[in-house]
Amino acid sequence: MTTNEALINYCLRLGDSSLILGQRMSEWCSNGPILEEDIAMTNIALDLIGQSRTMLTYAGKLEGKGRTEDDFAYKREEREFYNTLLSERPNGHFGDTVARNFLHSAFFYHLFQALKNSKDEMIAAHAAKSIKEVTYHLRHSSEWLVRLGDGTEESHNKVQESLNDMWEFTGDLFEMNEVDELLIKEGIAVDLTEIKKEWDKTVNQVIERATLNRPEECYMQTGRLNAIHSEYLGHLIAEMQFLQRAYPEAQW
Amino acid sequence: MEDSKKLEEFQAKIDAEIKIEPKDWMPEDYKKHLQRQISQHAHSEVIGMQPEGNWISRAPSLRAKVVLLAKIQDEAGHGQYLYSAAETLGKSRDEYIEELQSGKAKYSSIFNYPTLTWADMGAVGWLVDGAAIVNQVSLQRTSYGPYSRAMVRICKEESFHQRQGYEIMATMAKGTPEQKAMAQDALNRFWWPSIMMFGPHDSDSPNTGNAVKWKIKRETNDELRQKFIDKTVQQAEVIGLTIPDPDLKWNEARGHYDFGEMDWDEFWRVVKGNGPCNKQRLNHHKKAHQKGAWVREAAIAYAKKQKAKQLVA
Ligand SMILES: [Fe+2]
Ligand SMILES: [Fe+2]
Ligand SMILES: [Fe+2]
Repeated sequence: MTTNEALINYCLRLGDSSLILGQRMSEWCSNGPILEEDIAMTNIALDLIGQSRTMLTYAGKLEGKGRTEDDFAYKREEREFYNTLLSERPNGHFGDTVARNFLHSAFFYHLFQALKNSKDEMIAAHAAKSIKEVTYHLRHSSEWLVRLGDGTEESHNKVQESLNDMWEFTGDLFEMNEVDELLIKEGIAVDLTEIKKEWDKTVNQVIERATLNRPEECYMQTGRLNAIHSEYLGHLIAEMQFLQRAYPEAQW
Repeated sequence: MEDSKKLEEFQAKIDAEIKIEPKDWMPEDYKKHLQRQISQHAHSEVIGMQPEGNWISRAPSLRAKVVLLAKIQDEAGHGQYLYSAAETLGKSRDEYIEELQSGKAKYSSIFNYPTLTWADMGAVGWLVDGAAIVNQVSLQRTSYGPYSRAMVRICKEESFHQRQGYEIMATMAKGTPEQKAMAQDALNRFWWPSIMMFGPHDSDSPNTGNAVKWKIKRETNDELRQKFIDKTVQQAEVIGLTIPDPDLKWNEARGHYDFGEMDWDEFWRVVKGNGPCNKQRLNHHKKAHQKGAWVREAAIAYAKKQKAKQLVA
């Protein structure tokens, strides 16, 4: 594997995770618990889709075959997506979304903090730009986790269950393979075992503030690195890609 | 005796184009009229998120997705300002939402039509936001201060929406034969409901009397409708689409387009709740609201606990 090939894959990991989580967040439109939350969740969706556009465009540039952001988003199959398993979890109820976003934003937050120093200029710039957005996403989901955790008995129980349900998909965030190995050597990527330590601190702190319990360690699902997903992703993609697939000649 | 003097002063202010502010005295009917109109406008912004939200997940490019999301977010923001403006009249947002959900308050009937293809995102932006702008530009001069200021803010964004919608239509109209057919079909379905957004003919519009005298309404339904039609006909021509009205033609003497009669049976049927999506829209709103109840309760409970802690500390 060349550095270029590894870097393309790395861009897809970042871009796909933002895209799929962004698509999930956009499903909240007109479904939020209050109008202000509709606006906030749309904001997050907009940030994430913006992030994915940068990374998918960069992947196309690195590849050099003329593929655009839309070619990557709309013309790949399920088995070619490298997003985190956590990002594709269905929205469920508001507490499920909060728990998923919290765990994912904490991951992105520490990852982007570290990637600001990447030796690849585009990745470093992307991280520096995204960190402002992700800081807000982390704050938004943390505040809600605390409100729900320390709100009513019902909300406490519900969001604890959400956290428990999401937990088995968090191991996948930190898995690494030869792509990471190669890029870490080049100073482009970062060691996710280091990110995991920071992630643990943040997660523990907020969970404590929320008067919740950190879920017990359990078997961790895996798949992101090999583009193996849950059944949910296929449906998300089928819906997202419908027009491009149905009218391949059309420009929009 | 006192009231008639107040009423005289009130009318004098209106006549002198001085805005009425929340703390000023106002006739009960003026207040009621505004509560109804502003909340109806707010509800329209919020319910309008549904037909457009219907296509976010299927937007055909990432750019299109971002543009649509940002547009719907703007509409939610418009709902927010308008609820705030309506709240200055002494009723809470919760009360207004209650009236929406019980069917007592209305919202624009246009949102009771389904969005069936991507071209409908074009048609809604171009025609629905386009019609809304004509109405809202006029309302910038409305006599109630908070409503007028909300309109000034909102109009800037609406003209953006209108251009983006028109861009979708233009792109599709010069695209593949299927795309052009979708664009024409969307225009066919949205044209008549759009021009009916301005409401009944002036001759059949009982509410207009006081609203004009009090300068809540600055131009009549028919005047506004004519403005919209005049500016839209040429826009359709430019992109090669046909407005589905065989009676539409330029009237040199009037300096306006003549147009065919609208289907008022359909208009009243939809207003009264029997449009294709009335039940769907309201049920969607209620369901989201009910599903969020435990979240709102938790937020209130949490805020109370924090307040109690601060008092102890
Ligand atoms: Fe509007
Ligand atoms: Fe609006
Ligand atoms: Fe708009």
